[in-house]
Order: sequence, then structure tokens, then C-alpha cells
Amino acid sequence: MRIELRDIHKYYGPVKANAGISLTVRSGTIHGILGENGAGKSTLMKILAGFSRKTKGTVSLNGSPMSYKTPAQASRLGIGMLYQEPLDFPVLSVLENFMVGLTGNVSDRNTPHRQIFEQLAKDLGFNLSPNAIVKNLTIGERQQLEILRLLGLGIEVLILDEPTTGISNMQREALFKALKQLASEGKSIILVSHKLEDIEALCDSVTVLRLGRVSGEMSKPFDTNTLLEMMFGILPVQATCVETQPGKTVLVMDRVTATGGRTGLKKCDVTVRQGEIIGLAGLEGSGQGIFLRLASGLVQPKQGAVFLQKSKMNGKDYHVFKHAGVTFLPAARLEEGLIPGLNIAEHFALQNRKGFYVNWSEAFKQAKKSIEKFRIKGQSVFPVESLSGGNQQRLLLSFLPDDPVLLLLEKPTRGLDMESALWVWEHLQKFCAGKTSILFSSSDLEEILAMAHRVWVFFNGKIVKDTMISDTDIHELKSAIAGII
Amino acid sequence: MQTLLRYSRETLLTAVVVFCFTTLILLIAGAPPFAAYYHIFKGSLGSWSKIAHVITVWMPLTLCASGLLYTFRIGLWNIGVEGQMIMGAIFSTALLRFGIESPQPAVFLGLSFFAGALGGAIWALFAGFLKTKGGVHEIFAGLGLNFVAQGIILYLIFGPWKRPGVASMSGTEVFPQTLWLPFLSTIRLSPVGLVLALTAVMVTAWMLRYTWVGLGLKAIGKNQYAAFLFGLKPGRYMLLAMAFAGGFAGLAGCLQVAGIYHRLIPAISSNYGYLSLLVVMLSNYNVWVAPGVAFFFACLNIGSIQLPMMLQLDSSLSGVIQGALVLATLAIYAWQTRNKQKEEQR
Repeated sequence: MRIELRDIHKYYGPVKANAGISLTVRSGTIHGILGENGAGKSTLMKILAGFSRKTKGTVSLNGSPMSYKTPAQASRLGIGMLYQEPLDFPVLSVLENFMVGLTGNVSDRNTPHRQIFEQLAKDLGFNLSPNAIVKNLTIGERQQLEILRLLGLGIEVLILDEPTTGISNMQREALFKALKQLASEGKSIILVSHKLEDIEALCDSVTVLRLGRVSGEMSKPFDTNTLLEMMFGILPVQATCVETQPGKTVLVMDRVTATGGRTGLKKCDVTVRQGEIIGLAGLEGSGQGIFLRLASGLVQPKQGAVFLQKSKMNGKDYHVFKHAGVTFLPAARLEEGLIPGLNIAEHFALQNRKGFYVNWSEAFKQAKKSIEKFRIKGQSVFPVESLSGGNQQRLLLSFLPDDPVLLLLEKPTRGLDMESALWVWEHLQKFCAGKTSILFSSSDLEEILAMAHRVWVFFNGKIVKDTMISDTDIHELKSAIAGII
Repeated sequence: MQTLLRYSRETLLTAVVVFCFTTLILLIAGAPPFAAYYHIFKGSLGSWSKIAHVITVWMPLTLCASGLLYTFRIGLWNIGVEGQMIMGAIFSTALLRFGIESPQPAVFLGLSFFAGALGGAIWALFAGFLKTKGGVHEIFAGLGLNFVAQGIILYLIFGPWKRPGVASMSGTEVFPQTLWLPFLSTIRLSPVGLVLALTAVMVTAWMLRYTWVGLGLKAIGKNQYAAFLFGLKPGRYMLLAMAFAGGFAGLAGCLQVAGIYHRLIPAISSNYGYLSLLVVMLSNYNVWVAPGVAFFFACLNIGSIQLPMMLQLDSSLSGVIQGALVLATLAIYAWQTRNKQKEEQR
């Protein structure tokens, strides 16, 4: 199906999220929408998918202008969207999720749908068990399920919103292979991303958005610098990691075993020294999350001991760790890190609790200062759920204390565009000078290679590789992540 | 200005819906609706003594409502407020009984308030500990404890504290006048209660807005896990909220004993606890609106006493109106929210 967007405008009050965007997607191609956080990509796609209504402009499918108001209507026209966070039913099985929204005979519900499901999955090379319960799947698998579900509905246009956030490299390759196959079958694929490497690897053409407008278009082969210029206006500078001499021991894990997540953590034996930046690599759910939570006191070990600066921390809870200078930043921003319903100033007030009264003037002052310093797009009275994902991450980073002993960051640049991510790392590297140790998990090997001194590869709950960055390369790490040492 | 317009439009809409609904019920019951409304109005605001009666209902309602604002803020459904009020009344009675022969009754009167607050707070903390240490939902714990409190009060009235001679449903023996709260002689209204209720409202408003109690409760109520990461201890705040709610309800119970009934009766709480839950929900958890809503509910309670005499209608019609009011408000509020969402999508 050929899609044409003509002069799309979308206003949220005075904010012009889309200010006159036009683009064309031919059938059988993969078209990329590239832009930094807040450029208007998600807004545009939500209009195309029927989730929002445009303020002005036309959407034409195969040459005829269409008007639809809901995602259901859009999917009947053949347009489906894969959202960044999986929108599925975790307590139901894979097959039941697949069948959601499909009409059919109640009595022989399972048989024809099961066959359709298995055929679609086989065609795309997805390995999903129909009876598995969705909450036990990884994000990558849930994405695959969602794609199959949309295909089952008869989708001709598939929109993917930042699909490679939070999935492993192997899953990414499987996804890309499937998308290329779908395109060759005549479907139109639209990929929304801020990751240049994804766009360059997958797309036939790309539209670059900046500040709500189209700032450029390009067909393959792509030139990275040109694309960067279209995205940002100027070329951002690559940050390099500062090598420091590690100081005394900060954290020791002695044969620690714990349960949680998909794999738990088994017999973990590591040492962290002052000033080290360590990247935790591995497939999602291989134990990095549990490790970070053990190190912050949120989870207690079943066996073994955790030592923080020589004192044994078993049995002590999170607040003791926090007092000792350990700060944990979770990946799930709105579910674990921030409090929806409270505004920015209230969060700052929560940070500094002294005495009986809340010092509101101080809180607002601090909020304003941090908004300026961290370039958060929002005002002190805005509730945090109204901030974009990238700005929420900036807010979380602004809560970091000035002089922590140990920073535990779970996917710190998740959902951030390149410029923001670089800025984050510039900011984090200042901590190294102050002898702070940083442990961060990431699904982006390039990030780990660029920013860390050392890397631990997690596989199935164990650290299978512990090496200095200078002693390894990306291929070795990729193999280790897949379990091949 | 726009919000004010919208508020008044919502309130008007709610009033119309409730009016239609109750009128319908009255017609089905075979009663003249307008006569009923007239009698309720006259029965509550028709004379100064009637208004004084309304205020005697308003005081405990407002006290309980103020306390519930703490628990609602942290996301707890303190259904046990009824039992907390009863226990407050029991503790106050116990203390006053010590002061029957005393030459300084005022001291005992004063102490009875502390006793009432203590009783309510302890009862609330039972439910609170069951929640924080045992994971028991506060609705079940509260409801169960309400039944226990009812049992205790009946036991005391018919047992150890019974009237000499024959135990009676009309309660324990009346306290001597020295142990009554001072009241204005023309209208039987106790200014102490009035001051207490107003103070409760102001203290609550101040605490929720300017202190850690308010911000902590709000943060934990919205996202317990993130609040924990920020350094708050949800369990502690939950117990604190329960203690406040129970304490205020206990004060209401004390007021009932020392200022209104001057003895312990089986229906000492008169369902004011449950009613105050409705008051808080209807006032959208706003501390300044709650006293107004409480006044309206008090008018309905007192006014509908006229109905059996004048129209052979049961006075529980006031309950119908109060319930319908809350339902209609919630429905309209939900409808407005949905409209707003649809508007934003456009």
C-alpha cells in the first residue's frame, strides 16, 4: 500500500508537534523516520496509526484520502503499529494474545488460529511457543508476537516505533530479516528511530525530522554525516572515555547467588574499585538487573555476601546502602524511578528532606536550576508523566547526588537520541574524576566499548566474561553475549 | 476562571441528575417529591434550634472526614473509620467514668478527648499493622474490626457498664452535668465541638500542604516503589495515616459521648464513619470542600427526620439521596474525564 502524508499539522495547544510534514512511502519498501527526541516522529506515527487526530493535512492510502478516528479503524484499513512498550496481555498465553481482536467461531477457536499463527511464525523465522505465558517472554519475543498479531489482522502497513530498544543483537537481526522479507512481499514498513545504524542497515529511504518539520530526505546508500547534519543541524562531538587509575576497593560480591528476573544470579564473584566504569553487557534478563539491585540493597542474596567498603551488607536494606553513597537508577522510568502525579518541583522536594516542613521555595529553586542545567523540556509545575521519555531520563539523572560512592545505572541512555546520550556520558564522566565508580547495564555494545573501562558479559545468570575494554573487541563480546566463549 | 465555570457546570449537572433520580424514586414509592424536599429543607434549616442540630451532626462528620483525608492521600481505604469512632467513644466513656466523683471534672473532660483520640488511633493501628506486616487489605481488616467494635460496645452497655437495675438499649447511665461539655443554653450546641472540628480542618489543610506528612503520603500513594527509592518508608507512612484517621475519628466519638449523648449508646457512631467516607469522596478529596459537603449531608440527615411524621416516609430517604449524590458525582466526573481525553486526542 502506498502512503502519502500531505502537510500534516498537529498542535497540542501552543506546541506545534508537527508543523507541515509531507512524505511518501511506496509499497514494498522500508522507510525510515529519523530524528532526535521531541522531533515529532512519534506524534506523526500516532496520527498515521489512528491513535491521535491531526489538526490539519491529509493522509492518502493508495491515492485516495482517508479519514479515520481510532486505531481499530486504521487497522481495518490495513495500518498497524508496533509501539515501543509492548501493548499485550502478560497473563495470557502467546496464542491468546494472537487471537485478540480476531473475529471467529468460538467453538473451534484454537484450531484454525493456531495453524495460522504457526504458519506466520515459521514464515518469518520466529521461534515462539503458542502456549507460553507472555509475561515470561523477553521484550524481543513480545515484539515478534505483536508483529504476528498485526499480520494476522491483515496489516499491509507496519509502523515500528523504536523497535530495537531493549532487545538483543540476535533478536534485532531476526527482526530485520523478517522486516526485509515482509517488504519483499509487498508490505510497506515504516521504521521510526533515532539510531542511525538501524536506519542505515534496514531502510530504502529515510525522512529526517527536526523540531516538527522535515529537515531532509535521503535514499540509500546513506551518508552518515549528512544524516547527522539533517538531524541536529551541527555534527555532535564524540566523547571519549578518560582512563583513570582505579583506587581502593569499593564493592565486593563473594559467591553471591540470588533469584529474580528470568535467570537470577549464580555464584557471582566480582570486585569493583574506585573510579572504575564497568559496562554490564548481555541479553536482557541475563542477570544484570538482579546484579544492580543486589548492589543497591533492593534484593537480598540467598547465598554469599555483599561487601561495601569492607562492611558486610547482607540483611541491610536499601536505605542503608543509600546512606553509604550507593545510588540506583532503574530503567523503568515511570514505574520505578519517578512518581506520576507529582510535578518536577515536588520530586526535588522529596530529594531533600530536612525537618518537619517542606521547603517549597527551595524546591522550586532547585527544580528551575536543574531544568536549566540538564536542559529538561518542561516547567517545575509540570507533572512528570507529561515529559517525554528522554526528558524523564534527564530528570532522573539530575537527581544523582554530587559525590556518590557507587552509581548503579540500569540502561541510562535508553530511549535517548544521540545528542542527549552523549551529553549524559559527558555528565557521568565528571563523576569519575571524583573517584565515583559507575556500573551501568546497556544493550548497546558500542556504548559500552566507548564509555567503559571494563566489561562484564552476563549470560544466563552468570558473568561469563570479565575483561578490560582494551583487551577485547566487539566480535568477542557479541559471541560471549550469545553464550559462546 | 475557566475552571471555576467548569466546576459550577459540573456541580449543576450533578444536582440535576441527583434531583431527577431521587424524584423518580419518590414517585415510585408513592410519595409527593416536592413535599418531601420541602420538609427536608424546613426540617434542617427552618429554625435556629434545627440548625443547631444540623451542626451537631456536622461536627463529628467533619472530624472523621478530616482524618480520612490522610488515609485517602496515601491510597488506603479506611473503611474501619466507623469502628475507630466507636472505640474513641468507648475510651472516652471509660475515662469519664473515673471522673464521676471528682472535684475537678474539667480535667477529666479534657483528658477524655485524649482518651478518645488514643482509642481511635489504636484501633486504626490494628488495621494498619495487619496491612503493613500481614498484607491484609485494609478494607477487610477495617470491616472486621468494625464488627468487633460493635460487639465490644454492646458487651459494655449490657455488661460491666450497664445501668443499675435493668440493662437497657438506651445505653449507660447518663453522666452528671459536671461532665457534660459546656453548651449554650438557648440552643444545645457545644462550642468546644465546633472549635474542634474547625481546628481539625485547618490543621489537616496545613499538614497536607506544608509538611512532610502531606508530601510523603502523596508520593507513596501515587507510586509506592519509586517513593521507596526516594528514601521514604511506605509502611511507616501508612501507619501514620491510619493513626491520624483513627485519632480524628476517636475525637468524633468522644464528642458524641461528652457533648451530645452524655452517655454511651449502642449507636454512638450513628454511621457517621461510613458517611464521612462518602463526604470525602464527594468533595474530591479537597479539605476545603469537605466541610461544605458535610454540612449538606448533615442537613439531609436532620431534615429527613421530619419525613416519617409528615409524609409517612421512612427517614432513610436521606440515605438514598446521599448515595445517589455520590454515584451521580462519580459518574459525571468520569464522563467529563473521558470527554477531556477525547478532546486531547483530537
